[in-house]
Amino acid sequence: MAAFIARRILYSVVTLVILSGTIFLIVRLTGDPVLLMAEAGASTEDLARIRQQWGLDRSWAVQYVTFMQNALTGELGKSFNYRLPVSELYFQRLPNSLQLGLFATLISLLIGVPAGIVSAVKVNTWWDSIAKGVALLGLSIPGFWLGLVLILVFSVSLRWLPTSGAGDWRHVLMPAVALGWYFAASMLRLTRSSMLEVLGSEYIKLARLKGLPDVVVIAMHAFKNALIPVFTLAGVNLVVMVNAAVIIEVIFAWPGIGRLLYEGIFQRDFPLVQGVVILAGFMIVGINLVVDIAYAVIDPRIRLTR
Amino acid sequence: MRLAPPMSIRSRREAPLAAVVILAALVLVAIFADLLAPHDPTLPVPGANVFDPPFWMEGGSTAAPLGTDFQARDILSRLIYGTRVSLIVGLMGTLVAGAIGTLMGILSGYIGGWVDQVIMRVTDAWLALPAIVFAIFLAAMIGPSMWNIIVILGAVYWTRYARVIRGEVLTLREREFVKLAEIAGASKLRIIKRHILPNVANTAMVLASLTVGVVIIAEASLSFLGVGVPPPQPAWGLMLSEARPTLLAGQWWLTVFPGVCILLIVLATQLFGDWLRVKLDPQQRNL
Repeated sequence: MAAFIARRILYSVVTLVILSGTIFLIVRLTGDPVLLMAEAGASTEDLARIRQQWGLDRSWAVQYVTFMQNALTGELGKSFNYRLPVSELYFQRLPNSLQLGLFATLISLLIGVPAGIVSAVKVNTWWDSIAKGVALLGLSIPGFWLGLVLILVFSVSLRWLPTSGAGDWRHVLMPAVALGWYFAASMLRLTRSSMLEVLGSEYIKLARLKGLPDVVVIAMHAFKNALIPVFTLAGVNLVVMVNAAVIIEVIFAWPGIGRLLYEGIFQRDFPLVQGVVILAGFMIVGINLVVDIAYAVIDPRIRLTR
Repeated sequence: MRLAPPMSIRSRREAPLAAVVILAALVLVAIFADLLAPHDPTLPVPGANVFDPPFWMEGGSTAAPLGTDFQARDILSRLIYGTRVSLIVGLMGTLVAGAIGTLMGILSGYIGGWVDQVIMRVTDAWLALPAIVFAIFLAAMIGPSMWNIIVILGAVYWTRYARVIRGEVLTLREREFVKLAEIAGASKLRIIKRHILPNVANTAMVLASLTVGVVIIAEASLSFLGVGVPPPQPAWGLMLSEARPTLLAGQWWLTVFPGVCILLIVLATQLFGDWLRVKLDPQQRNL
């Protein structure tokens, strides 16, 4: 068990080093930030001064090592544009992204889980076909276009909901649906296959043979076990949503991490982009590590596979 | 009493007619865009105003049947030429991703050892970022053009192939015909070409059919954010982006039509991919 955990942690560290190194290299290969920071017509001395001020005159290897050292102490550098520490900007925006992610997760669960259960219990009926259609549409409708259509319907035509910004539940509703829609489809698929697996297992057959009514078998026996992978996925998805909602946040002018990244990219704010992208990697590698270890604790068979 | 076979099994074995028809139609539209489009997609329609509505609405005309955009360009012609962009990026991006991923998967699975370790750790690192964030990041850094987008999306979406194909190769490697070829003295390259590659081709095809739609949506997303296909090229994502300022003015046709096109093409590829998966892999039939 200890060996398993140690190996998983080592892999996670290696993953993060490769990821941060790649991001770091790409950022530096594609342009000179100094030219963007200086005013037009700045002299060579000015450029050299800025370069030195921001530590950009040192070799990439030194810059990377310094960056990683600082990152480990929670210091991700200063944004060129805001002149504020990246971590400060990030954690200012994080609660907004979390709020959006939580609502989107809730919506994906509300659509995906009931539809998945019905689809599995009534397998190969027209209920199942409808659920499959919903799953297919979840993958086929681009979330950002769904967001635009929601604005057209609920803001422009019906005038029920505000188009942008953060505030109360009315602000979060449309972006959460647009973001959660795609994930609802994956919830639905997983709930369905997980329920089908559990419903085909011996203990469910036994429960049925004992003469328990269908409702009890499905609600008490199958549901509980089938939902373990579903809620695991919901947790992982939440972390992904917090970090991947760039377009939805741009469309709805939602002040989250995604829009911070978007702004950073267009202002060529290297430390900001680098910091936000690497923090996203940290969060996702972290949640995957937690899930892996938790599953190994629950199920000893997992520890034996590599 | 005669039991009818369950609907799903029978219907799953026949090619999904609707998907094939939609895909065939879209391919034809893309090929013959020059003949089909009534106007030049990058120039204003002569005599038309900006934001003319579709022909069935008041103020619309059949000169621009689906209306005009903010530069008085014909929406229909732009949609027709946009099919080309979506299909080229979707297919070529998938091809690049599939080529990189299949190669990595085979090398990783067949050679093993430190090669396997390196490739798998890089795959992990790639998967640690949401694909779309990675793609936006690369596109913003490298600069917008259709061919850049193809390479970028290929460079982002190869990881799924690498993982799945590595798994297949690990079992293939232990099969008798591979062992015998090794004993007979065949070179590694020959074994990969003659014995491994043909046996992972089906899996690669299924993955490809399911990746096309993802790549098409990714291209639309990048173009929408202004880091994809640059204007004045007619790409659906770009059309949605150009429609954004007019959203609140109620010019819905600018937003609805390009989105419906994306929806149709992705839906058709997904249906086709699902069918292909079941057809090529009988074990998948119950899922």
